[in-house]
Order: sequence, then structure tokens, then C-alpha cells
Amino acid sequence: MNWLKYRFLYFFISLAILLPGLYSLWSFGLNPSVEFTGGSLLEISLENPSPDQIKDLLSPTYSIHSLNHDSSTITLKLDPLTQSQADQIVSDLKTLDSQAKLISFTSVGPSVGGQLLTKALTAIVIAALATLLYIAYSFRNLTFGFFAIIAMLHDTLILLGSYSLLGHFFGFQTDLLIVTAILTTLSFSVHDTIVVFDRIRELKNKTTSSLYALSNRAITETITRSLNNSLTIIFMLLSLALLGGDSIKHFTIALLIGAITGTYSSTFTAVPLLVTWDTIRRK
Amino acid sequence: MSRTQSRFWLILLLTILSLVISLPQEINLNPHLFGRSFNVHLVRPDLKLSLGSYDFSRSLDIKLGLDLAGGTRVTLDADMSSIAPENQADALDSAKEIIAQRVDLFGISEPNIYSQQAGSAYQIIVELPGLDDPQAALELIGTTAQLEFLTPIYDQTSTESAQPELVDFQPSTLTGADLQKTTVDFDPNTGQPVISLQFSPSGTEKFAQLTKEYLGKPLAIALDRQPLTAPIVQSEITTGQAVISGDFTLEGAQLLSKQLNAGALPVPIKITSQNTITATLGADSINQSVRAGLIGLSVVVLFMIAYYGQLGLIASVGLFIYGLVTLSLYKLIPITLTLPGIAGFILSVGMAVDSNILIFERMKEEIRAGRAWPVALELGFGRAWDSIKDANIATLITAFILFNPLNWSFLPTSGPIRGFAVTLALGILISLFTGIFVTRTLLRLFYHGPRSIKLFSSQS
Repeated sequence: MNWLKYRFLYFFISLAILLPGLYSLWSFGLNPSVEFTGGSLLEISLENPSPDQIKDLLSPTYSIHSLNHDSSTITLKLDPLTQSQADQIVSDLKTLDSQAKLISFTSVGPSVGGQLLTKALTAIVIAALATLLYIAYSFRNLTFGFFAIIAMLHDTLILLGSYSLLGHFFGFQTDLLIVTAILTTLSFSVHDTIVVFDRIRELKNKTTSSLYALSNRAITETITRSLNNSLTIIFMLLSLALLGGDSIKHFTIALLIGAITGTYSSTFTAVPLLVTWDTIRRK
Repeated sequence: MSRTQSRFWLILLLTILSLVISLPQEINLNPHLFGRSFNVHLVRPDLKLSLGSYDFSRSLDIKLGLDLAGGTRVTLDADMSSIAPENQADALDSAKEIIAQRVDLFGISEPNIYSQQAGSAYQIIVELPGLDDPQAALELIGTTAQLEFLTPIYDQTSTESAQPELVDFQPSTLTGADLQKTTVDFDPNTGQPVISLQFSPSGTEKFAQLTKEYLGKPLAIALDRQPLTAPIVQSEITTGQAVISGDFTLEGAQLLSKQLNAGALPVPIKITSQNTITATLGADSINQSVRAGLIGLSVVVLFMIAYYGQLGLIASVGLFIYGLVTLSLYKLIPITLTLPGIAGFILSVGMAVDSNILIFERMKEEIRAGRAWPVALELGFGRAWDSIKDANIATLITAFILFNPLNWSFLPTSGPIRGFAVTLALGILISLFTGIFVTRTLLRLFYHGPRSIKLFSSQS
């Protein structure tokens, strides 16, 4: 099958998904959690939460950064608090609703948050470099490594972009778990790209056809495996995202986006880019 | 017995062993047989092994992290501005020791206390599982250590015995602020560990006064109002250098020295971040994740069987063994399971199936190329290995960086990220074993090729 005939369509699809995300990243940014910004997050269970009443009650004393609620809980984002201040808020809320109960409480000093962000970014850069070195070593070829990293970057940007959109429209927070999800996406993306590249390398040693023809054959031979593998991971993640607890829902959605874009980018970004680059170089 | 057969018995043994370890410790069975009911109560003993001086014992319960068990995690910043640089590491150690002692007072089981250096900041991280209302504990943990020297009070009214009776101790003017540092030394004559105390100039004066007044009597030392030791004054000490000797073990002497240092090098500590999760939230998360995991797993198994038939069934058996071995290792190592850890495990299940998919696709190709299935089976495993190896090494590299085993301070050392990395890495290693070794052995023994090809291959 001539997969590569449509390679500019694949680039177009990538751009169509990348651009809105990048625009959102540029103009809205991410919605960082208290782990990164400092501050406190209180999750309180109530019988009938009424956000307006709660705001009226608390706003004279505390500066409320955000207040989210569903049928039985409210989530408050405030400046850093001590345990006794948090307990005070809950007893204040008991005047509105006697069932008020603190479910979880997180408070992070501003200095800790900054450190964490730097460390997380360092981890991402080091992981990318280590992977590049490994592929370059394993394939004895820097070009393969380079395009595997480009595909990886493509996936990271799609994930970050989607997260910026989800953060802007649905209040998804970017926390430490999302950083973990990005790193997992990196490795998943490379995992998949390596399988296709590996096949190209193998065919290269066997036949003398052009890289274009080789790559087409490699895609045909690996696409079933690639799809089946992604499907199994997507089944697991989808069931976690739909049925797992609220505390990991955002994390699994991030992993899900990563798994889908990771699968797509191996076949439809890394290989077409490699072939396009090869065509340009030969001219 | 052929090699494949002996491998099969090895796998069977491993599976049964893992099954025993994985199951809950107590099982109640009430089978009804022939109209009679039996009550079977199975209890697995805890694991205890001794090899020379090395003891290995495990309770074989899964350790749950704070996000699952509920509890409080606090990060304390230690203010080192008044401590000389060469004493900072000792001071942090002592502060940690004191916090451990205070946590002990609250009777919290299995607290986790560790220190870390992030840039120029010294931090102590305290994890208190199962503590829903941490207010009182946090107040105590966050205070600076108070070391006091106490003088004895004797009952003056007693006339019956020749010696006055020791009734109580009272604080003297000598405090931790007068102590410069303590170290563990060894008595040159007996080789016994002793604790050397070095007083400051003002402390030297006060201590000389005390030793003169209470010669032959006990002087008690208390930390946070808890008595540590009450050595008897042997002589008047005017040099500011004292030695506490006694029947100390090395560990005992080191602990006492750390406790004294906490008073001598008082480090103001302040809670900078805190995270409390109630136990009910944790329990809900476990139930939901486990249920979601089981449903996801069933879908994966159904998919594998629907797509690969008998091959998929054997791969699913491999996946089942994978689950058992992983769970057993979590219990044996032991690994503290957190919510991200569960996610890492579930992700690795997906990746475990991947090795099999790679191999099966290769086998199909070889069969299409006209090879007999036993040949196709071996070729499939052989040729898929390169891809499997490269792809998994790349994932292991990421897991390694996330786990940050050398505690590099420029990388995250956070519990949740580590929990994810460790289950992911373990999952990949075990999946290589089950996906290749186990599945190949099972296929060699039980798979006789698709029927149409079997006819064809029996002629070749």
C-alpha cells in the first residue's frame, strides 16, 4: 500500500490538531495546580453546596482563587494555609451545612512549588536526551534518532496543547501527575516509533529499494501490530478514565491523549518526515 | 524430560508460589458438599527466612501509600541560618530524629520520615498514615527542640533512712543553648562507646557550678520534657568537656548523641507544605481503580482471543501469570502502592500484551511466507526480539530518570512520581519474562498451529 502518497495530508492533520493547542498555550497558558504555584487546595464534602453562600461567607477573610463544585463536594483554592486555618474554614462552613467535612487538604509554600517545576522540566529534557542517545547508538544513525525525537516533541506539544484547552474550558489542572503523563507519553511514543524504524532498518539490509518503497512496506507490515497494541492500552486507560476514581481521572485522560497521539505520530509523522527529508537531501 | 517440559514445571511452580503470595492472608471457604457444609479457614503464615546473619521477613500485605490509605504528608523547611555549615548535616539528622520521636508519642504506626536537600534548602518530609485529624501532631512536630538539664530534688523531711530520698527533678539554668556539640567517642580503656559533650563558654561556667553542687548525685537531661538520661556526676568539671559513659551499645550512643545535638543545634523548623487525605477517599480510590483495572483487563483478554484465537488465549494465560508475579513482587520487595503506581501497573499490562502482539504478527508473516508453524513460532520470537528490546529499553530509561535512584537534587524526588516509575519499570521487566519466556514455553507445549496450516505443515 502506498501510505506515503498522502504524507502531506498527515502533516496537515498534525498541524490542525497542534495549532489550536499551541494557540491556547500561547494565550491561556496552563492551569497550574497548587503544587507548582504554591497555595492551598481544600476539598470539602457538603450535603447541598451553594457556591454563592460559601463565597459570601469566606471572601471577607480569605482570598478565593477558585471555587469548583459538584453535587456533593466543593474544591477551594486559596493562599497557603495552616492546618488550624483549614479546620477553621470547615467549622465556618458548618454554620451553612452541618455535614461539612474536610476530605483532602493540600498546602504548598511558594518556594517549594517553583523548585518542583524546574525539576520536572529537567527530568523531561534529560529523558529526551537519553532516548536520543540510545536510538542513535542502537541504530548507528543520528537521523533516525532525530526524527524519533521530533515525533516525541510533536506528541508532547499536542498533550500540552490539549491540556491547556482542557484547563481553559473544563478547569483541568496541570499537576505533578501530568508531568508524569508527559514522560510516559515520551517513552510510549518512542517505543512505537522504534518498532517502525526497526522494520525499515531490517528491510534496508535485505533489499535495495528506495527508502520511500521500504518505508511503505515497513508501515504495511507494522500497522496491525501498532494499532492492536494501542487498542489494548487504550482499553485499559479508557476503563480507568471512565470508572476509576476522580483523583486519577485527569491523569488517565492525559495518558489517553498521549497514547493516541503516540501511535499516530510513529506511523504518520516520524516515517513521512524521514522520507521527506530523504527526498529533499537527494535533490 | 525435555528442556521445554522442565521450563513448564518451573513456570507452574512459580505460578503456584505467586498465587499463594498474592492471595489475601486469610481465606474463609464454606463449600457445600454432599449436603454437608464445611468450614475451611486458611491462614498463610508470614514469611520468615534466615540466612546466616541476614534475616528476611515480610508480612506479605500490600503497603499502601498515603493517597490510598489516607493520612498526612508534611514538608518542613529547616532554617539553617544560625548553624555553622560543617554542622548542618548533623543538625538536620538530629531534627529528623526528634520528629521521629515526637511522632512515636502519637502512636502512629509506620511513619515515614526522611530528609532531603533541595538547592540550599534543607527539608524534612514526614508521612503519617491513617491520621485524619493531624492538628495536634502537627503542632508538636513543628516546634523547635528544647533540651534541659535538670537537677535532683530530695525529700528533706524523711528521717527514717540515712540517705534522703530522690523525689523529682527541676530545670536548671543550663539548657541546650549552652551545649555546643556532642559526638560519639570510644573509651580508650574499655573500648565502650561514650558520648562527649562540648559546652560553650557560658555553659562551661554553669556546668562547673552544677557539677560542684551535685557531685555524686544524678543530673538529668530531658528533651521536650521527656527524660533522656540521668548520669551521676563523678567529678567537678571546669573545662566544659564532659563524657557520659555507661553500658551503651553503639546504636544507643548514636541515638542519644543525636538527641542531645537536637538541643545543642536547635534548628527552627516550619511546615511549608501539607497534604491530608481522609481514609474514606483513599478506600474509594482503591475500589474504583481495581474495578476499572479488572474491566479493562477483561476487555484486553477478549480482544486478544477474538483477534488471535488460541494464540490470544495462551497470551492471556501469560498475562494472568504476569499479574500474579507482579503482585507477589509488590508484596516481597515491598513496594508502597500509590494511585500513580496503580496507573503505572495498568499501563504496563498494556505494554505486556505488546510483546505478544509483536511476536504473533511476526509469526503470521512467517506463516504467510510459507513456513511451517513450529519454524514460524521460533522465527517470530527471534525476529521480534530486536524491536521488543529497543522499545522496552527506551521506556526503562524514562522510568529510571523518573525514579531518580541516586537522589539527584535537580530531578524530582517526589513520592508519587517514584511510585509510578517503580511499578512501570517492574512491569516492563516482568512482562519481558512472561511475554517471552512463559508464552514461548506454553506455545511450544500446547499450540499445534491453526488447523489448516497444521495439515500443510505435517507434510513439510
